[in-house]
Amino acid sequence: MSEIEPVGTRQGMFGVEGTGDTSGYGGLVAPVTLPGSAERPFGGWYDEVADAIETTMGLERVVVHRNEITFHVRRQDLPAVAKVLRDEQRFEFCAGVSGVHYPDDTGRELHAVYHLLSMTHNRRIRLEVTCPDADPHIPSIVAIYPTNDWHEREAWDFFGIIFDGHPALTRIQMPDDWPGHPQRKDYPLGGIPVEYKGGTVPPPDQRRSYN
Amino acid sequence: MTTSTSEDAYASSADTTGGRVFTVTGQDWDSISAAIDDADERIVVNMGPQHPSTHGVLRLILELEGETVTEARCGIGYLHTGIEKNMEYRSWTQGVTFCTRMDYLSPFYNEMTYVLGVERLLDIEDDIPEKAQVMRVLLMELNRISSHLVCIATGGMEIGALTVMTIGFREREMVLDLFELITGLRMNHAFFRPGGVAQDLPPGALDEIRDFVKIMKKRLPEYAALCNANPIFKARLDNVGHLDLAGCLALGISGPVLRSTGYGWDLRKTQPYSGYEDYDFDVQTWDTCDAYGRFRVRLNEMSESLRIVEQAAERLAGLEGAPVMVADKKVAWPSQLAIGSDGMGNSLDHIRHIMGESMEGLIHHFKLVTEGFRVPAGQAYVPVESPRGELGAHVVSDGGTRPFRAHFRDPSFTNLQATSVMSEGGMIADVIVAIASIDPVMGGVDR
Repeated sequence: MSEIEPVGTRQGMFGVEGTGDTSGYGGLVAPVTLPGSAERPFGGWYDEVADAIETTMGLERVVVHRNEITFHVRRQDLPAVAKVLRDEQRFEFCAGVSGVHYPDDTGRELHAVYHLLSMTHNRRIRLEVTCPDADPHIPSIVAIYPTNDWHEREAWDFFGIIFDGHPALTRIQMPDDWPGHPQRKDYPLGGIPVEYKGGTVPPPDQRRSYN
Repeated sequence: MTTSTSEDAYASSADTTGGRVFTVTGQDWDSISAAIDDADERIVVNMGPQHPSTHGVLRLILELEGETVTEARCGIGYLHTGIEKNMEYRSWTQGVTFCTRMDYLSPFYNEMTYVLGVERLLDIEDDIPEKAQVMRVLLMELNRISSHLVCIATGGMEIGALTVMTIGFREREMVLDLFELITGLRMNHAFFRPGGVAQDLPPGALDEIRDFVKIMKKRLPEYAALCNANPIFKARLDNVGHLDLAGCLALGISGPVLRSTGYGWDLRKTQPYSGYEDYDFDVQTWDTCDAYGRFRVRLNEMSESLRIVEQAAERLAGLEGAPVMVADKKVAWPSQLAIGSDGMGNSLDHIRHIMGESMEGLIHHFKLVTEGFRVPAGQAYVPVESPRGELGAHVVSDGGTRPFRAHFRDPSFTNLQATSVMSEGGMIADVIVAIASIDPVMGGVDR
């Protein structure tokens, strides 16, 4: 493992925010890091798939964590990588794309995560593609995996990732005229305080929280 | 019902490229057709989201030529409740309470895939006690039976086979009674927790399960006798909603629809979880690629599930008193419950321990319940074979006490994309059969 990249910071020691902690530990700042890159050899069939992706020159880095392998791919190379994986490595089945928003991962705020399955070889891999918030474009792979039609619409709806080349990128869960993209971290959860027998329970995003 | 044969409320003639638009909402057709002199009119029928045959709040937009469907599109999102977003504001254990409500016909599978993801990130997959694993399998297979029963029942109802509906719900009720006995609730159980299950089996549960298996062994053949060779049933289902293997893989279709093409892909066999490799069962396939094949696959799968339930019950009989929660007290939710004079509540022994005997115990209980546990940063995807296909939770942690992101790849959502392929070119009545054969649950589609 090397070059662990922080994607955020965590403050305090006891997890709780806004209690007026006077112990001094509240001032601690710790980086939030995701599992770092793995080095070759990755082991088993991982290298074979990595070689296939490297032929497209699109491989950024590889993460192996809890026996699951993640290939980080440059966004412009995603369709080529997907095509190689489908046609040569027999990843016939795509389980869709899931968006993740890391607001503090500067320049790579929006991640699109694809889960691929090879039924022939009984293997699973994950592709991860990032794009900056300022330029939220990722090429669509609907032409390669038609199943991603609705999944990409969902990621657009909830995260505002624009999948270039999608046949009809419209909202799918939210109403067509909805403002904003609800599952981004900067979009509030909403809710109102509830009063019961004189006590007031604040909405979930305003309750005491632990980080 | 309003009548506006001349003007469309939403699009004036100037707004449309296809000419004049008539909005029809339920009057006599003759009164409209008199006003239409154009021979090549397009008829677009909006079916749902409030329609008894569309399996919940699914909206179908169908373009018709006579009774033939030329184009079919789905409108979804009417049941979107933001479950994934809400889970980001609750602890890891509380997340189960939310995701169990997604696909409400197979709640245990939603819990299972999420819990498996969390356990993988916690790296405690091998520490889950055997009894918890067996109980999970038992409940999931009972759940598969109840879910398939609803599929067959409502599918039958939608084509007019009302008896299939009444007997299907009769049997499902028995499964729900078992759920109530074991988990306390008929649905929305939140029973699987990261680390194990919430409660041990209550006394007498195994006897009830054995009685249920005995009854179902008699009743499942009744479905076969009622439907399998029934000429009306077959006429409605045969060759309807055709989708072959290539189509299934392109569209990401899994579950009984995939197995009805003859390909025996079942995650319980190919990528076993929760100890499925220890059970003796067969993957059911059919080779007709149509709605009838899917019906037969589901019917046969119920018998296989019954076999697994039997084996699980047998194993549980030998595991009396074994733990059902991981030994690590930093993860195990202190959900010690007991039956009191006023029903189920906190175990008095546990209350005595934390309130009277151990300050440490009280602190641990308090920290675990209010703050929860931390999950190491990373991401995991551990899919399970739900009654509808591959159900997977993409669980992302930033090392905190709450999910950073939980995304559910719901099979209903994905499989519903096959609606166009399955129904275009067929009769409008077959659209209903095709969709019923996908068995979408809108709670899972919209989440």
